[in-house]
Amino acid sequence: MIRIERLCKSYDGLVASDNVSCRFEKGKITVILGGSGSGKSTLLKQLVGLERPDSGKIFFEERELTGLSRVELYEMRKKMGMLFQGAALFNSLNVFENIAFPLREHTRLAEPVIRAMVTMKLEMVGLRGMEQLMPSQLSGGMAKRIGLARAIIMDPRAVFYDEPTSGLDPISAGVINKLIVDLNTAMGVTSVVVSHDIPSSFRIAHRIIILFFGRKIAEGTPEEIRGSEDARVLQFIRGEPEGPIPFNRTGKNYHDDILRVP
Amino acid sequence: MTISSAFGLNGRRCVHAVRLVGRSLLFLGEALGYGFVPPLKIRRSLEQIVFIGAKSLIIIFLTALSTGMVLALEALHMLRGGATENILGALVALSIVRELGPVLSALIVTGRAGSAMTAEIGIMRLTEQIDALEMMAVNPVKHVVTPKIVAGVVSMPVLCAFFDVVGILGGYFVGVVIYGVPETHFFGGMTKAVAYLDVAGGLFKSAVFGLAMSWICALMGYTAAETAEGVSRATTNAVVITSIAVLVLDYMVTSLLL
Repeated sequence: MIRIERLCKSYDGLVASDNVSCRFEKGKITVILGGSGSGKSTLLKQLVGLERPDSGKIFFEERELTGLSRVELYEMRKKMGMLFQGAALFNSLNVFENIAFPLREHTRLAEPVIRAMVTMKLEMVGLRGMEQLMPSQLSGGMAKRIGLARAIIMDPRAVFYDEPTSGLDPISAGVINKLIVDLNTAMGVTSVVVSHDIPSSFRIAHRIIILFFGRKIAEGTPEEIRGSEDARVLQFIRGEPEGPIPFNRTGKNYHDDILRVP
Repeated sequence: MTISSAFGLNGRRCVHAVRLVGRSLLFLGEALGYGFVPPLKIRRSLEQIVFIGAKSLIIIFLTALSTGMVLALEALHMLRGGATENILGALVALSIVRELGPVLSALIVTGRAGSAMTAEIGIMRLTEQIDALEMMAVNPVKHVVTPKIVAGVVSMPVLCAFFDVVGILGGYFVGVVIYGVPETHFFGGMTKAVAYLDVAGGLFKSAVFGLAMSWICALMGYTAAETAEGVSRATTNAVVITSIAVLVLDYMVTSLLL
């Protein structure tokens, strides 16, 4: 369904994606795990065409994304939905207009149809009745649920989640996890989740990919990942402060540094 | 520093400057181009006209009134006796219509609406709303920037015309009502001295300033660093750069029109 081949991307010499190849199966939930700065957000942005890779190919339903013109890319985007980390709702529009926005931009549906579709999506995320609220009146968890309703209003074939549970309380995180799974089973969408939330990821994922400094170091089902013998993988999923990624990140000698005469 | 590295540094600066100018022009070209590609965002443009234009009326009114009044007062003071009565109207009207109206209204609208424009677009970028538009297959430049540029070009001359009228009335109030200059002299001198081209030239300048303001302010917001500090710096830069641009453009356009 989505396939990437030998993707490379760097910013000012800092490598964000280092020769990454993988597949995201149709109708499955794939979680991309990695610490901060591991290049997982960059990978997600390349997958949806918000960033162009330096080299490599991205196939979305067998169409190559990197060479597309803007118009063609926008056509592909109509089949994609994305939930942003901060929900990215438009401040000037209320909940109803936020969710209806893609419909108003891309369709000529009559008002009653739009209202029915928005109501259905709101019911799906459990927030029917909040149509008139403004984004500033919503809690973080609710804003993400509205963001999800907006992401799926056009019935996309793939939904991308950028750290869907970060910054949420455990119950709100649980709600978002349930919605990701429900959406996956009810609509059969291909889901790609970028996260560093280990418990959530192992609960919802069909497959997990782990990135480490821009490179893919593990891929498999949650069980396979748990059984991994790679020290980097184990340190990450157990959240240990010492391991292949050292606690002390300074290169200089402590004694020299502290006794240095200015 | 060796000579070659000095050359290298200057070369890099030049390349950087050229690239910046190129990007800015491409941005303007893109934004203007989308103004003619359907579906036109007429409703969004009207909303922006309300924001930039209608909501600036009160501050423009106050500025114009005090400018006209002070202008008349100074003129009466400096030209005491003599031919004051005959040239007062012409002096007030020409100064306002040709220079003060376009320049002052542009500077005030920049401070009021241009800064808000930069901050709004910068925050939309910071909170991923621009990326969200992209993901919903809506072109962010067309959706966000083009309506602002259209509104800038349309609103600014209208505000300038309003400034002209109110400013002249301010001069009338001081000259005729307070200092007793005969009304026929005030308006007679004015109609004799002010040509159609003076008014049209002033309004044309004002449209140029409107374009410059919305272009610079939108670009600053669009390219702001994605942090709170980045947006605040972009907002300051937008107001400073636009103000300087208005003054420089004023000289350039005036010299072309003369």
